[in-house]
Amino acid sequence: MSQVIQDKVIDENLKWSKINHDLIRTMETPGKMWWTAVLVCVAMVACAVAAEIYQYKYGLGSVGLNNPHMWDMYIATFVFWIGMSHAGTLLSAILHIIHAQWRKPIYRFAEAMTTFSLMTAGFFPMIHLGRVWNLYWVLPYVSDRGIWPNFRSPLVWDAFAISTYLSASALFLVIGMIPDMAVLRDHTKGWRKKVYGLMALGWRGDDRQWRNFRRTYMLMACFLIPLAISVHSIVSSDFAMSIMPGWHITSFPPYFVAGALYSGCAAIMTLFVVLRYFYRWEDYMTKNIMEKTCKLTFAIAMVWTYLNLIEFSSVWYGHNVYDKELLIDKATGPYAAVFWTMIICGMVAPFGLVFQSWRRHMPTMFVMSIVLQISMFTERWMIVAPTLSMSHAPHQWDILWGSVIEWAIVFGSFGWFSLLFLLFCKFLPAISTYEVKELCFHLKHEIEEEKREAEQKAKNTSAAGSQQPVSGSPGLEGA
Amino acid sequence: MAKHRLLAMFKDFDDAIECIEEIKAGKLTGKEIDDITVLSPIEHPDIDEILGPRPINIQKFTFVGAIFGCTFGFFFLSAAQASFLVQPQGGKAVVPFPTNFVLMYEMLIFFAVWTTVITFLFLAGLLRKRGSLYSEKLTVDEIGLMVEIDEHQLENSRSFFKDNKSLEIREEKA
Repeated sequence: MSQVIQDKVIDENLKWSKINHDLIRTMETPGKMWWTAVLVCVAMVACAVAAEIYQYKYGLGSVGLNNPHMWDMYIATFVFWIGMSHAGTLLSAILHIIHAQWRKPIYRFAEAMTTFSLMTAGFFPMIHLGRVWNLYWVLPYVSDRGIWPNFRSPLVWDAFAISTYLSASALFLVIGMIPDMAVLRDHTKGWRKKVYGLMALGWRGDDRQWRNFRRTYMLMACFLIPLAISVHSIVSSDFAMSIMPGWHITSFPPYFVAGALYSGCAAIMTLFVVLRYFYRWEDYMTKNIMEKTCKLTFAIAMVWTYLNLIEFSSVWYGHNVYDKELLIDKATGPYAAVFWTMIICGMVAPFGLVFQSWRRHMPTMFVMSIVLQISMFTERWMIVAPTLSMSHAPHQWDILWGSVIEWAIVFGSFGWFSLLFLLFCKFLPAISTYEVKELCFHLKHEIEEEKREAEQKAKNTSAAGSQQPVSGSPGLEGA
Repeated sequence: MAKHRLLAMFKDFDDAIECIEEIKAGKLTGKEIDDITVLSPIEHPDIDEILGPRPINIQKFTFVGAIFGCTFGFFFLSAAQASFLVQPQGGKAVVPFPTNFVLMYEMLIFFAVWTTVITFLFLAGLLRKRGSLYSEKLTVDEIGLMVEIDEHQLENSRSFFKDNKSLEIREEKA
């Protein structure tokens, strides 16, 4: 079997009308399952809203946030959601630039994930401010009192970087959907036709539009990659620019970026299995694509593991007494269970991705993706909590596991993200029809080309065979 | 003389490309390759070779946007820092380039991305008022060739497209 056929991620003979139909089918009137999921998400968000109201009324101190634990759960969750947002950038931008064709059927929901996880992450700095009504102080506006935000603080960099990332990734998502909006405009009725017509912005698919579209998409991808890296580097600066033990580490920016890509990949795997199962998208979210996603995840997991080990060894051999003490405390102290969960789920579990039979078994991959995400959440907890618990001053040492209010808000954030994603899948195209069509088109031509070449080769061989001299007869070697 | 627009629909790219080659060869009187608009559900990978080079200028605007973002970032931050009267450094203006660089970098990307998107809307001809000549099959699997012609060439053009495997021809007054 040829390499092209062996590596093909999708059936090249998929009818283009079927691709349109399969997308539109999932966006029809929602069923009971969808409504139930929405209700569950709304209930989760309600928990968070109730918790936030309590916190707003009684203050941050009432939920256990006080010196030294002024950050804790909220910032750990903030870093988790920011990390998740790197999935879209990885699949859309990086793999787009390197022409990885297999990303095409699955990149759209990863892009949506980027935008929604940023929308979720953005809540946490606000919630953790306590005095939410003073949020506008972060904005650089002209003040009569001559007061500006401190532009030298990584927290202000955060505000700039995240708002830039959110607007750029939302634009990237919206621009990429324009040709699909035209598909929906042309093949739906009623209010949907009107709304999609507006969102298609007059797209007709002429060569001028395609040319400019391609260039725009490529340019945006080129900007999104350094942006994504800068965002997580800046988030890591929130920690690394301080002199706290466990935070003041040079390798924090790449460590954060690798962790972000890792959690993004894990989230892609989860949603891949969910969408494949509920929307019956087996034709698009194929096992071959899952295999490639798993291989990518494994590679990133190994980079993350390596950076972890680098961090441990540089602390160990650096002989800074506070850093070393903290590292030992992480592994043996009150947070040891969380630490070892992170190590086992994040460093050992990914080795399961080595087995092909596991990679092709969807329920196993669903469980695996959850395990990897647990490791990523515990990683963020292990970055924030132990340093605050066991810092320089022993009289401040304190162990905290997060109050009910904090957990309720974290729980609600998952509901908020899921709610946005459910709405997205119902009202916007979760697979890119034109990219899938392109993939089928290319694949079909590659296979035909290969067949032609093989036939030509066979013809040449048989022609050469018929010209060969019969054994024993005088040859033409000397001719 | 009244102008008409014709939209000829084709089963696939191969048929449409064959027809384009015929137009290139001058078989459609008075029309050249630059008069043709190809409409399709996907972009053909070799469309530039088929239609010849056609300009794309978005990147120039992106570059301008990026430079503007970076410059604006520097002056905005410097101006803010110069008027930051309650800074702990005793009221002196402090403009630290290394830290400002981070924010200039973010602003460079912010303005570059927005400029790219806004330019795309204009250069791609989106949001522009157009005729109603269109087929919904163009977002499924058929390829369209659109051409503007004079009234007296109408019959000739219809038969040209029919001879070149066109599945359907739609037309409107320009």
